[in-house]
Amino acid sequence: MSRLELRHVRKAFGGLDVLGDISLSVGAGEFVSILGPSGAGKSTLFQLLTGAEHGEGEMLFDGMPLDDHGRHFAFMPQRDALMPWRRILDNTTLGLEVQGVKRKAARARVAPLFAEFGLAGFERHFPAQLSGGMRQRAALLRTVVQERDMLLLDEPFGALDALTRAAMQRWLEQMWRHHRWTALLITHDVREAVFLSDRIYVLSARPARVLREIRVPLPRPRDPSAAQQAGAVEAEILDILLNPQPSKGHDHD
Amino acid sequence: MVSSSPSRPRQFAGLFAKAAPAVMSVGLLLVAWELYANYSGIKPTILPAPSRVFEQAMLNREALIDNAIPTIRATLIGFACSLGAAFALSMLVDFFQPLRRALFPVFIVSQTLPLVAIAPLVVLWFGFGLMPKVMLVALVTFFPMLVALVQGYEATEVEIGQMLRAMGAGRWRIFMLARLPSALLYFFAGLRISITYAVVGAIFAEYAGAAKGLGIYMLNAKNNFRPDLVLAAVGVSAALTLILFGLTALLQRLAMPWERIGRQPAGQGR
Ligand SMILES: Nc1ncnc2c1ncn2[C@@H]1O[C@H](COP(=O)(O)OP(=O)(O)OP(=O)(O)O)[C@@H](O)[C@H]1O
Ligand SMILES: [Mg+2]
Repeated sequence: MSRLELRHVRKAFGGLDVLGDISLSVGAGEFVSILGPSGAGKSTLFQLLTGAEHGEGEMLFDGMPLDDHGRHFAFMPQRDALMPWRRILDNTTLGLEVQGVKRKAARARVAPLFAEFGLAGFERHFPAQLSGGMRQRAALLRTVVQERDMLLLDEPFGALDALTRAAMQRWLEQMWRHHRWTALLITHDVREAVFLSDRIYVLSARPARVLREIRVPLPRPRDPSAAQQAGAVEAEILDILLNPQPSKGHDHD
Repeated sequence: MVSSSPSRPRQFAGLFAKAAPAVMSVGLLLVAWELYANYSGIKPTILPAPSRVFEQAMLNREALIDNAIPTIRATLIGFACSLGAAFALSMLVDFFQPLRRALFPVFIVSQTLPLVAIAPLVVLWFGFGLMPKVMLVALVTFFPMLVALVQGYEATEVEIGQMLRAMGAGRWRIFMLARLPSALLYFFAGLRISITYAVVGAIFAEYAGAAKGLGIYMLNAKNNFRPDLVLAAVGVSAALTLILFGLTALLQRLAMPWERIGRQPAGQGR
């Protein structure tokens, strides 16, 4: 009962093969990560999903082919993409505004979430007045209030310092347990992937293929007491990434 | 409420500190000029001292004001026309990229036309009224504004466009929500440059033939061997340009509050 299913998706830009052969699936309420080296084509995969680019292969949502009309995804781009000219409140209502929700109704819908996202009191600030972590939370808030079927998060914490990133990962894990979003996260931080995910797809360098699919055996809530177990999974993934064996291919299904 | 904005007196003190070097260098230049004009034995009909220019400007202030008004009018109307045209065209070009390749060469050529040659022709075709001045002002300001706007649209963050598309926004929506606001900074940069061109353009047009205006005033003063009055008119046009320049800066502050407020981080928060 997977919601999103990709079968043998490929993409080339001109002569450049970016996505070699990607097959993956994401189940309802599942948190799945895509882990791969820089430049592998991870963001490109999201471009295909959001309809910004077109590739080969099958992309199914609830068994139906994805097309430009069905809007299943709330997408958070690699950089936070907050509009500098809009106050935080107006940035977070952007998706609702595009959906045609009236301004007042949209504000009423996001307002109660500000406290949960650690942004209370900053509704009237401009993005430039916020710290990096706060900006990411604002961008995340803008993404989740769209109430789409699924979240696409492209390296949401990639630009943060290590300490803030760790704090944000814990926060997101907690938020996810509460809301049970169906989510696909891109990252090249092994620890982040292990800490947050139910499953991880490890991608090769460009042209990207699925090297391995890993089910993370850690119990939730994820907490530091499971560090040893997590360490073992992290080591395994690093080993796959650093010594890719082309013969392995993708071993799911 | 915005958390911290500097108090008014401090704002003025800051403005004064910023303006001081400029005021001093201009003052120094005037003093040197005054001394040279008074003690080198040069005739005032060749190079009048600034004190004489100022004195004559005061004596002839009614004529100066009378002639400044048509210049201001031509500048503002011409600039408004050029702004409107540049806006409409920039949007067309943004929506239909091929238009850009078709039109830009024409506009570039329009920028290479020497004003000295064009101004008399335009006056010849359209007479001594407001029309030819407006056209010349528009000619010199249109292209810088168009380029500024088109570049501004292109400066939109790709991620913002991609995100809006994923949200379901169409091209028009994306233009209004992202491309237009992204262009504001470029727009104001273009505005500051072209407003200075605009005044010069108007004066040039009047120089080529007008009933009234700073340009024709300068021409008459020169023909009457009154360099002091020429310089007085130059002073008026410079003041005019500075005022317009200041207005655009003020407008920018009002239109882009985030640029100002964003510079002052709002304290805590991880
Ligand atoms: N629109 C495009 N046209 C041409 N090439 C592109 C385009 N988009 C991406 N590429 C190329 O595709 C490759 C993969 O890019 P992509 O952004 O998907 O990588 P990534 O895995 O997200 O990397 P990172 O982890 O650094 O974000 C890069 O070599 C990039 O130059
Ligand atoms: Mg990327």
